[in-house]
Amino acid sequence: MRALKFSRKHLGIPYALFLLIFVILPLLLIAYYAFTDSNGAFTLKNFTQFFKSPTNLTVLVRSFGIAFLSTVLCLLIGYPVAYILARSSMKKSSVLLLLFILPMWINFVLRTAAMKELLYLLGAYKSGDMNYFNTIVGMVYDYLPVTILPLYTVLSKLDKNLLEASSDLGAKPLYTFINTTLPLSMPGIASAITMVFLPTTTSYVISDTLGNSKVTIIGKLIENKFNSGTAGSWNAGSAIALVLLLFIFATMFISGKFQNEDDSSARGSGLW
Amino acid sequence: MAEKIIELINITKSYDGTVVVDNQNLYIRKGEFITFLGPSGCGKTTTLRMIAGFEMPDSGKVLLNGKDITDMPPYLRPINTVFQRYALFPHLNVYDNIAYGLKLKKVKVTYQNAAGKTKTRIEKLTRKEIDEKVKKALKMVDLEDFEKRDVTTLSGGQQQRIAIARAIVNEPEILLLDEPLGALDLKMRKDMQLELKEIHKKLGITFIYVTHDQEEALTMSDTIVVMKDGIIQQIGTPTDIYNEPKSAFVADFIGESNIFSGTIVAKNKVRFLGKTFEMVDDFEINEKVDVVVRPEDVFLVDEGLGQVDGVITSSIFKGVHYEMAMAIGNNEIVIQDTQQRVVGEKASIIIKPFDIHIMHKEFVSNVYDGVITKRNTVEFAEGEFECDVTQLYPDSKLDEEGYLVLPTGEQLDLTGTAVKVEIGLKDIEIIDNEEDGDSCGEIVSIIYKGDHYQVIVRTFEEEEDFVIDTEYVWNENDKVSVKIAPEKIKLSLKVVEKK
Repeated sequence: MRALKFSRKHLGIPYALFLLIFVILPLLLIAYYAFTDSNGAFTLKNFTQFFKSPTNLTVLVRSFGIAFLSTVLCLLIGYPVAYILARSSMKKSSVLLLLFILPMWINFVLRTAAMKELLYLLGAYKSGDMNYFNTIVGMVYDYLPVTILPLYTVLSKLDKNLLEASSDLGAKPLYTFINTTLPLSMPGIASAITMVFLPTTTSYVISDTLGNSKVTIIGKLIENKFNSGTAGSWNAGSAIALVLLLFIFATMFISGKFQNEDDSSARGSGLW
Repeated sequence: MAEKIIELINITKSYDGTVVVDNQNLYIRKGEFITFLGPSGCGKTTTLRMIAGFEMPDSGKVLLNGKDITDMPPYLRPINTVFQRYALFPHLNVYDNIAYGLKLKKVKVTYQNAAGKTKTRIEKLTRKEIDEKVKKALKMVDLEDFEKRDVTTLSGGQQQRIAIARAIVNEPEILLLDEPLGALDLKMRKDMQLELKEIHKKLGITFIYVTHDQEEALTMSDTIVVMKDGIIQQIGTPTDIYNEPKSAFVADFIGESNIFSGTIVAKNKVRFLGKTFEMVDDFEINEKVDVVVRPEDVFLVDEGLGQVDGVITSSIFKGVHYEMAMAIGNNEIVIQDTQQRVVGEKASIIIKPFDIHIMHKEFVSNVYDGVITKRNTVEFAEGEFECDVTQLYPDSKLDEEGYLVLPTGEQLDLTGTAVKVEIGLKDIEIIDNEEDGDSCGEIVSIIYKGDHYQVIVRTFEEEEDFVIDTEYVWNENDKVSVKIAPEKIKLSLKVVEKK
């Protein structure tokens, strides 16, 4: 008989168990609730109800709208910052990078509350008609560090010889940026998008705090269903969560397309 | 002679205070294959990068066809580069890599307008023209039908060819090659050397090649520029450089050579290996010189029949010839001959007058600027050395308090006096332990000179060199310290004070 040997494979057992208990099981539970009514009978009502309600659909569109705008703004601000950080000399850049990453170490709720005070001081909070603006400002503020980090990683690893080669072949700096730097940093952009887009669709703490509780996003909708306590609301909430999951898969698929064009594993950006 | 295409005038470049290229003057002729050759850190790549425009010289000018291009960015220069590690764009396929420069290229087109007048305008290349050029370039490097391939899937040799195709497709006036074959294996490298030479012949443009491989340089170049420590040592054809090296460094770096210390004893006569040899170079009588003899220029004959007798100490078969070492007194000479002599056999050698290359000694003694310190020691080259300060003034003495007393009875405080310090090459001792000597540094070069080694120890901070003749073998990059006997330090006053 073969002796029981401890191989590298066995090290994965705790992880597999963890996945099973905390990822697969909850997902199955959500699926179970989503496809049943309050009595436990199979139904598709939860889904049809969600898509029939114009309010719900507005919330869905609004969530993705806010997420989209926040992501674009994060990229527009984060990319130049990451670019400058990657370009500057090592001593300077580590300090600069720290400054941008520092907010990540402060509690998320506290950060958001502080942003509220700041917006209040600036007068953007008082009037009450800048709720969307404030929400997006908060989202961008909270998720800027996670945008910068993957972009910085990719840009700092960029082979300088390639930029020199481009210049050598007659490309002006702008052409080099568009045709060499940008395509080569796509993996970083793709992971930055997933790191920002997905959480911003559901971060209702930010929209609640900064949007005067007037901006309802899909995360808030789910929370409401689960906390309302009426019969069948857990089932409805689960259905919304599944719909969201579907959309998230769709966006991941789209941003994943970018990555496949490149050999993503070689750049260490295959985070997901 | 063809006209000059590139001229470097008084180019100096330093990084963080270290001078990499030191006041360099050089011109390159149109259409030639020129090679910058030297050990790593000699400034060859930096020089190339300044021609490409990636680096700006601290001072000096770069001229292209007589026009100053020092401040011109790389994308405006009609120069293309083949990079050391290829630098192919990983996100583009072979075709797009090669077409990268063509898509940016603008050409003057002459055409006739409706009125029948000949006019010129600047146009981009058409897709068809680009297509043709890419195909032609791929054919040139023997990689037809590779257009659609992903560059990351290609082998090193293929990537190298693509890199060459990408550069030459733009029809540059000058092609720069920065150790392009460094990453290839020996066989592939040899093939590529010949192919590059072939491409050079076909295109007829100027090739500037950088390498640390002397054989590569000798095989491919029309002209070789030997560099060391940012300074050009010698410029010449491969034959000139090999046969008439200007210094012991060049002789040692290019090919194998025997280097001996000799003295000019009469017109066309030099004494080394304990004998006087006839030679053809004209040098001043009594000058101490370096004598270089190539191993293949030494002829072995039976004992007593040649100029000097010796004993064979080693014999190795090298394929075409035997490489043998012969002891002549304290000296050792390396000989290449097709006839083998066994170890222990007594034999004699003959060296023909024109095979004896004489060169001025690079270093006769070490000279430094020093300062006398409080304790009557002298400080120079990052060290404090004991010395005899009384030699500065004839018949002077030191009193008990450390003041110098002149014969007239006058007391002198020497602290802070600037002096010239001179030390003979043989008077410096190398010590293994960094702590034990008076100054320390790193061994940067070792040249074997028949019966001794000439070692250069460079101090860490100020990069002062100690040139030392020693019988012992040391290793390059060893960290060592140096010690000098007080009586061997020769001092002289820098400014003669008037009394």
